Amino acid sequence: MTNNIVEIDNLSFGYKGRLLHKGINMVFPRGKVVAIMGGSGSGKTTLLRLIGGQIKPSKGEVRVHGDVVHKQDRDGIFKLRRKMGMLFQQGALFTDLSVYENVAFPMRELTDLPNSMIHDLVLMKLNAVGLRGAYTLMPAELSGGMARRVALARAIALDPAIMMYDEPFAGLDPISMGVICSLIRSLNDALGATSIIVSHDVKETFLIADYVYFVANGVVTAEGTPDDLMKSTLPFVHQFVHGDKDGPVPFHYPAGNYQSELMKHG
Amino acid sequence: MTNSNPLINIIKTLQGIGHRMVERIWRLGAGARLFFLTIVYSGESFKRFHLTMREIYSTGVMSLLIIIVSAFFVGMVLALQGYNTLQKYGSSEAIGVLVSLSLVRELGPVVTALLFAGRAGTAITAEIGLMKTTEQLSAMEMMAVNPIARVVAPRFWAGVISMPILAALFSMVGILGGYIVAVPLIGVDEGAFWSQMQANVDFQSDIVNGIIKSLVFGIACTMIALFEGFDAPPTAEGVSRATTRTVVISSLTVLGLDFVLTSFMLVI
Amino acid sequence: MDRTKIDLWVGIFVALGMAALLGLAMKVGNLTSGKIGETYAVTAAFENVGSLKPHAPVKSAGVAVGRVDSIAFNSKTYEAVVTIKIDKRYNFPKDTFANIYTAGLLGEQYIGLEAGGDEDVLSNGDKIAKTQDAVVLEKMISQFLFSKASEMDNDAKISAKPSESESKPAEAKSTELGDAPF
Repeated sequence: MTNNIVEIDNLSFGYKGRLLHKGINMVFPRGKVVAIMGGSGSGKTTLLRLIGGQIKPSKGEVRVHGDVVHKQDRDGIFKLRRKMGMLFQQGALFTDLSVYENVAFPMRELTDLPNSMIHDLVLMKLNAVGLRGAYTLMPAELSGGMARRVALARAIALDPAIMMYDEPFAGLDPISMGVICSLIRSLNDALGATSIIVSHDVKETFLIADYVYFVANGVVTAEGTPDDLMKSTLPFVHQFVHGDKDGPVPFHYPAGNYQSELMKHG
Repeated sequence: MTNSNPLINIIKTLQGIGHRMVERIWRLGAGARLFFLTIVYSGESFKRFHLTMREIYSTGVMSLLIIIVSAFFVGMVLALQGYNTLQKYGSSEAIGVLVSLSLVRELGPVVTALLFAGRAGTAITAEIGLMKTTEQLSAMEMMAVNPIARVVAPRFWAGVISMPILAALFSMVGILGGYIVAVPLIGVDEGAFWSQMQANVDFQSDIVNGIIKSLVFGIACTMIALFEGFDAPPTAEGVSRATTRTVVISSLTVLGLDFVLTSFMLVI
Repeated sequence: MDRTKIDLWVGIFVALGMAALLGLAMKVGNLTSGKIGETYAVTAAFENVGSLKPHAPVKSAGVAVGRVDSIAFNSKTYEAVVTIKIDKRYNFPKDTFANIYTAGLLGEQYIGLEAGGDEDVLSNGDKIAKTQDAVVLEKMISQFLFSKASEMDNDAKISAKPSESESKPAEAKSTELGDAPF
């Protein structure tokens, strides 16, 4: 048994012949925080959905604990998912349930724990994200950062072995961003889990990631530790890390000749 | 860019018709598939009945007010209009029969279903559409919880249970409304009002058939609302369009089904 | 929303529904009058039952005493065999007369029982011998027209005065309808 909890092996995925991923290889070792970075629309979130088995790859495979995800039947996938926790981009809290019930949801649905134990566990998880005092609130009453933290508490409710974060920093103020950032690292170390972060926020991601994959045009263009990548001279990585306007990723969407298009209707 | 060749225009029109036809049939199939899956994954909503109870509260109990108020007015109007016509033929005692038969056979189930589609159906569509838009359904799936078992099935059974109850209430309250107009206000003999009603309303062929109708409408309306919500594109516009579609499709389906069911019931 | 509060409201909701259904069954429908306790069944053969239906009332002197249970066709005698269920409380003589009447001009059809003078009473499984068929409107109208036409023929033969023949049909109508031989 290798030390890699999740392995992506020569993975291709696409809709109707148009490939989003063209032969991607990644490994996610136990206990590490690994980030997948890339521009918007580069298929980062789709990778998480492939790991979670919500969609099937066109070619290649994703292995979780050595099991090929897309070859599992429904029960098998559900069994794998019980070892995963996922933080969605907008938190995806259940709006008709209170904060307490949201965190209790996975325990009620997937375990037969008695109510008293669920109560203790929920308060423990909420305490870990610093929101024990807010357990009576409804999701609508929470700020964006608080909602993200409640969602985090819900994601770790069953102590998953794999944590997946989909854009955990998007749309947060700097303070909430810092809080989430340190929570991801500390929870990962406390749970002994493997974390996969999908993000395009370079600063925060580099702060907590052990290893980073860059995805562009459907392939892994660069990988390495944050320090390596900061020093990288690869044009794409340099542009992404330092946020240059133009570079290998052009400012303009591919278009015809500007002048001739202007003249066409003139 | 207009093409002057009429043949190409005809072909394009045909393609358009074909495309829409295929899409309609596809949606019908997808709806049937969801219905099937809902039945298959219904165990949860009975094993943990409080899930269904919650939904009965939000679909049934929350629709009580609109149902009772509308029923009361419908009954009163029926009595007024009925009296107006019946007294010309000197048979104003038959007003009880007119009110009760029209309510129990047709208006009770049909109007209840139409109001249900507007009140509870839209709420279901909007709620599920928003759950989809905000990734709540996706989150549930990633937690190894089946959204059909946890979200769709309890709402389905709540609708199926609520509809006949609401329809029975509608008929009863409507008859009371008709009674209030006919007996104290117009002065129709009370004994004649009830006895004529009892002599002409048959439990089997009128009341039970009305309940069967409302049960069928309950299945149809709830399933349409659920499917539209589940199928809504995950955008604000998509959810609002799905909500509108729920009302339109439910209403048309109820009226169409009513004709089919009535013709079956009258034959048997 | 508190679970106990939901339970309470749903309880109220279901209770209201049950009450409405009970009200419909008892107060509006004929479930009470349809269940007239114990009954005994007798049959009667008619040449024509018109639009008589199962569950139609069986009345005697205007009081409902039973219900039509079933209507079948006897392929040997080409008659309709109507099974009626009569309340055990009421006894009728063996020579009771069963008629099919219409409530109002176009109303529902029902069976009217007219008691005879026999000492023995009808019991379960008996057959009512004396029956009278349903009035079929078309038959009645054609018979009336026929009789009127023949009367006009007679009038024409007896007298050629137009004023007399005009007043005749009105008289004929009332008498003919009164004791029409069907």
